[in-house]
Amino acid sequence: MPESLTAIVDALPYLLGGSLVTISVVAAAMGLGFVVGLPLAVGQVYGGVVVRAIVTVYVWFFRGIPLLVFLFLFYFGFCTTLEIDVSPYVVAVVVLGLISSAYQSQIFRGAILSLPEGQLKAARAIGMSDFQAIGSIVVPQALRLAIPGWSNEYSILLKDSAVTYALGVAEIMARAHFVATRTYQHFPLYLSAGAIFLVLTWLGTKALRLLEDRVRIPGYSPHLS
Amino acid sequence: MDTWLYLRLEAFPALLRGFLVSIQLIVPSAVSGLVIGILVGVLRVYGKSVIKALADSYVVLFRGIPLVIQLFIWYFGLPYFKIYLSPFTASVLGFSLCSGAYHSEYIRGALLSIKRGQTLAAESLGFNTVQMITSVILPQAIRRALPGCGNEIIYLIKYSSLAYMITCIELTGEGKILASLSFRFTEIFLVIGVCYLVMTSLASFILARLEGFLSIPGFEQQRT
Amino acid sequence: MTAPILQIKDITKSYGKKEVLKGVSLDVNRGDLKILIGPSGAGKSTFLQCINFLVRPDKGQIWLNGKEVRCEHRRNLYAYRQKIGMIFQDFNLFDHLTALENVRIGMVKVKGIPKEEAGQRAELELERVGLKDHMHKYPAQLSGGQKQRVSIARALAMDPEVMLLDEPTSALDPELIGEVHAVIRDLGSNGMTMIMATHQIAFASLLASEIVFMEDGKIVETGTPDKIFNDAEHSRTREFCSKITDLYGER
Ligand SMILES: Nc1ncnc2c1ncn2[C@@H]1O[C@H](COP(=O)(O)OP(=O)(O)O)[C@@H](O)[C@H]1O
Ligand SMILES: [Mg+2]
Repeated sequence: MPESLTAIVDALPYLLGGSLVTISVVAAAMGLGFVVGLPLAVGQVYGGVVVRAIVTVYVWFFRGIPLLVFLFLFYFGFCTTLEIDVSPYVVAVVVLGLISSAYQSQIFRGAILSLPEGQLKAARAIGMSDFQAIGSIVVPQALRLAIPGWSNEYSILLKDSAVTYALGVAEIMARAHFVATRTYQHFPLYLSAGAIFLVLTWLGTKALRLLEDRVRIPGYSPHLS
Repeated sequence: MDTWLYLRLEAFPALLRGFLVSIQLIVPSAVSGLVIGILVGVLRVYGKSVIKALADSYVVLFRGIPLVIQLFIWYFGLPYFKIYLSPFTASVLGFSLCSGAYHSEYIRGALLSIKRGQTLAAESLGFNTVQMITSVILPQAIRRALPGCGNEIIYLIKYSSLAYMITCIELTGEGKILASLSFRFTEIFLVIGVCYLVMTSLASFILARLEGFLSIPGFEQQRT
Repeated sequence: MTAPILQIKDITKSYGKKEVLKGVSLDVNRGDLKILIGPSGAGKSTFLQCINFLVRPDKGQIWLNGKEVRCEHRRNLYAYRQKIGMIFQDFNLFDHLTALENVRIGMVKVKGIPKEEAGQRAELELERVGLKDHMHKYPAQLSGGQKQRVSIARALAMDPEVMLLDEPTSALDPELIGEVHAVIRDLGSNGMTMIMATHQIAFASLLASEIVFMEDGKIVETGTPDKIFNDAEHSRTREFCSKITDLYGER
């Protein structure tokens, strides 16, 4: 056992370095997913028939195909065919981000739909355009309601990011495997990697809970009133 | 060779082979995952405190650690203890244990959502525990858990592609091999994407039908 | 007699096959307080919401100050809505904003007034409805009566020429109705033009310049409070008035 312990201790700085890569991939993908997903949600709720259909197909497409297939398709397929020279890291962020945008759009959509209809009506009644009403009344409220869903999306994205190892992104999983194949301490190293993921999940969920408390509207609960 | 000819003569037979392996991975994993989920979910609600704690920690571990790492532990890690699993066995084991943990969450939530009044009423009519579980609790809990568990099965269909990473050559694996030989990555992976889309869409269609078939007017709205 | 401030002509509205408004017309003079009464489902809310195009009428025309409102031009529509204040039965305060921010947001976003200036005006409006001390509270921290007064301040801050009030006290506990009625009475004595749907007969007969009885998507009868409540022409009006007097107490 001491052998495996030294293996873990030796590898720990290297693995923790990988967690920085993991965190940056997840953060960037969440950001991309947010930037794409929010307009998708707004389009799906308020858009015309065509917009709604486009969003529905987009969501169906990105939720229906495995991450690994998308990674291969984008990295070996599209990037090679179109002769785009990008690093696996960028492809990982883009693919995770696009998939996440499909899931996030459904989180936001649910949040928007759960708002009382009167909010939009009141905004229109004082002369706001739909654009203004959505931007300053609907979205600020929906985003607050979306935080629990976001927290869930974070933990899914975090775990999924381990799959980007398949392209050789030097995140936690890839580094654990790299050390394992050299030291033959597979079991302890994968377990350590797993433990780091558990800690990261816990930290991120905690941070989002703090955020939720910070932006909480005093006394507000959307389902009463 | 033009693309269509290549796909028809070389790709499709191999992909079909891979597709069948995928099915062989998904079906047993879904079934045993569900069984594990129901068992663990029931234990987490009705079990004694030690059992409950064990079941809870199982769920925390298997939901918190990425599935790839779990697969690597079963396939590359177990030999550390002189246990050797085939890629296929390791995959099914990994999928079942992981999705069992997720299923148990939905089962647990569904069981907790059943109002105390329901069991009180059953007891007052003289039902014994088994009768109460089979004719009052389960029929309600299954309906409550169905959407979540259904979703989990759709996730399982997609995550079955990870078996490739521990060298179990299923649909994605066959595709990777074909594409590496022919350099037709885009075509091959588009075809594979369509295969998965068909599987996931079919699964969600069937689940939606099942939900509709089992639905009871007004039941879904009345939460605790 | 001067020209009416608001002229509404022949509004119709159907939901599917159901005709909810069957040609409703109304002329409103400056300073009028028109009270809409009628059974639930008569179309009062739909009518009020048609007036500021929150619900698009199928047919009909509206003139404000003698100028026809062309709601198909968005700019016109938004400008028109600023001149028509609307008070909802369930307040519809913006849940994520404080009382002050609720009153201010329309001025800032729609009128483009600088935040500072809009804030001062908002304080003034809140003072007018007696809520200066509560201006930093969120809707969920206010009582129903306070919420409704904030929503009145929010509408007033846009400098409306006409106010539409859709059962402003129906969602309130009886002991809170008085404070909202006091604010509305105040508005009336300052010359605000108002159209209000309500079941509060006592309040209506005291202040209304005209009572409008609606039923089944049509205006059945209009007249002074005295005429409608004591000497109505139509039997349906009489029936409704006696029923509502039983329900909501003596006038
Ligand atoms: N969005 C809608 N869709 C379908 N029917 C509606 C809608 N809004 C109102 N109605 C119907 O129109 C009729 C008039 O409603 P409403 O204007 O709310 O009446 P009131 O305010 O006088 O009670 C009712 O029968 C109601 O069911
Ligand atoms: Mg109404």
